[in-house]
Amino acid sequence: MTGEQIAFLVVALFTLASGFMVVTTGNLVHAALWLVSTLFGVAVAYALLNAAFLAVVQVVVYIGAIAILFIFAVMLTRKDLLDQGPQVNRNWWVGALLSVLTFVGLYSLLQGWDGMSKTAADIPSGFDAISELGNELVSPMGYVLPFEVASVLLVAALVGAVYVASDRK
Amino acid sequence: MSFWNDPLKVAADWLLGIFTGWGMPEIAAQILIGFIGVLLLITILMVLDIFLVWVERKVVSRFQDRIGPNRVGPFGLIQPFADIIKLIIKEDITPAGADKVVYNLAPMLSMMSVLILWAVVPLAPVILGVDLNIGALYIVAAGAIGTLSIIMAGWSSNNKFALIGAFRQVAVMVSFEIPMLATLLIPTIFAGSMGMGAIIEKQDIWFVWLAPLGAVIFLIAAIAELGRAPFDMAEGESELVSGYNIEYSGMKFGMFYAGELLHAFTFGGFWAILFFGGYRFFGLEHVSPFLAIAVIVFKAFLGYWVIMWIKYTLMRIRIDHMLGFNWKFLTPLAFALLMVTALMNALLAGTPTWIYVSIMFLSNVVLGWVALEIARSYSRKEREKAQGSKAVAIVEAAHH
Repeated sequence: MTGEQIAFLVVALFTLASGFMVVTTGNLVHAALWLVSTLFGVAVAYALLNAAFLAVVQVVVYIGAIAILFIFAVMLTRKDLLDQGPQVNRNWWVGALLSVLTFVGLYSLLQGWDGMSKTAADIPSGFDAISELGNELVSPMGYVLPFEVASVLLVAALVGAVYVASDRK
Repeated sequence: MSFWNDPLKVAADWLLGIFTGWGMPEIAAQILIGFIGVLLLITILMVLDIFLVWVERKVVSRFQDRIGPNRVGPFGLIQPFADIIKLIIKEDITPAGADKVVYNLAPMLSMMSVLILWAVVPLAPVILGVDLNIGALYIVAAGAIGTLSIIMAGWSSNNKFALIGAFRQVAVMVSFEIPMLATLLIPTIFAGSMGMGAIIEKQDIWFVWLAPLGAVIFLIAAIAELGRAPFDMAEGESELVSGYNIEYSGMKFGMFYAGELLHAFTFGGFWAILFFGGYRFFGLEHVSPFLAIAVIVFKAFLGYWVIMWIKYTLMRIRIDHMLGFNWKFLTPLAFALLMVTALMNALLAGTPTWIYVSIMFLSNVVLGWVALEIARSYSRKEREKAQGSKAVAIVEAAHH
């Protein structure tokens, strides 16, 4: 086993264990903090895959914005900060079914994929991943259309949020 | 290659020779050397941090027309050590009902979020932790961890004031992150890279001449990110006692405090790196890496001094003004500046340097002037509206 594999296994175990804690912890703020550690584990996995940009964006967007927003929402909507609510509601079986289906779907997809036993090709020296990514995002042959559609969607969400928040006079 | 030209490499090679001489495999030795390097950097930073306490107290006392610490040691230099002994032997109190693990984790995360910033700080051409090609984004990511530590501290203390302080601080940090990110992209446009090393290497002309407005916006956003006056709403002594760190005692409070000072110094350093040429000063950096370190430390202290100057001169701003200032003025201005800079950079490609620099400088000045004019006319309208309604109220009161 190479050092890279050991590192991956440790990170994967950490991420899975944190993810498990997210859904089993009774305290909502603790669950949100475990979610942060799960997201951090994913960021480390990106870093192990030489995707430094994705790793940092994962931290900035998911930990710096989304997780903080979760914590805010939990703190502002709960009466008691240390409460332990019921873990499941009447729809628990829908969630369970969806997660089992997702797992089965991913498993069957990966069954037919031959990348499991391959080793990754070495990145050529002087390969600048971030400028490649930037060029792909704005080149017409690349991903400019999905990129622009996503930004229009985000602007629409932003405008909608401002409209909902402003008091109409 | 001598020690004076590349001290880190010489030291690392020397240690590698010793460790492999002991029969250690080379890869293990290299990992160990990496750890020693990190430990050394952190130790130097923490020792520097001790003196920052002294610097901060001396500077604030001068601004307030006092002398400051002057009893323990020459010029009061030993004072911070006395403070440390006091902090360590203080009783360590954990409030009843506190969430123990989160409560104890928060000061560590706070300090860590500052220390990890130094991984990307180039102290000299050959002395840097790692030349990440996403250095600018890395700064923001480290700031995200700092934000997290504050909300953890505020929530786990089980104290209303701490929680309110944390809410305010996090609201400010999350909002001012946006103009900061936008202004971080301006040196990125000039240098064609987000790496700190590349940004410094490109500054034959300091970027502050190309983007004076960007430098100012970055400084404002950095001060807000630090939670220092005039943006220290989270502390608000008169209403919140001390904000998110109110329940912390002894060295745990010391970690927050030292973290804040080091953070301010670090942002002084980043201001210098991004806009004032970092370790470059008329070719001094090529003479010796040690001179380069001296230059960047001097510039970082200058930036730190400016941050302190602002802190001890301006009054606290109300939280709604602070957020309104950010969302309605600073953020649009930062994005407008980013667009203008990108456009100008593309239009002026290939022009002589002096034309490029002067047009960049002028476009910054014009943009800043237009923004201030818009803000002024808006505030005049608001004031007229407010005074008008007040006049109406007086007339009505007279009728009754």
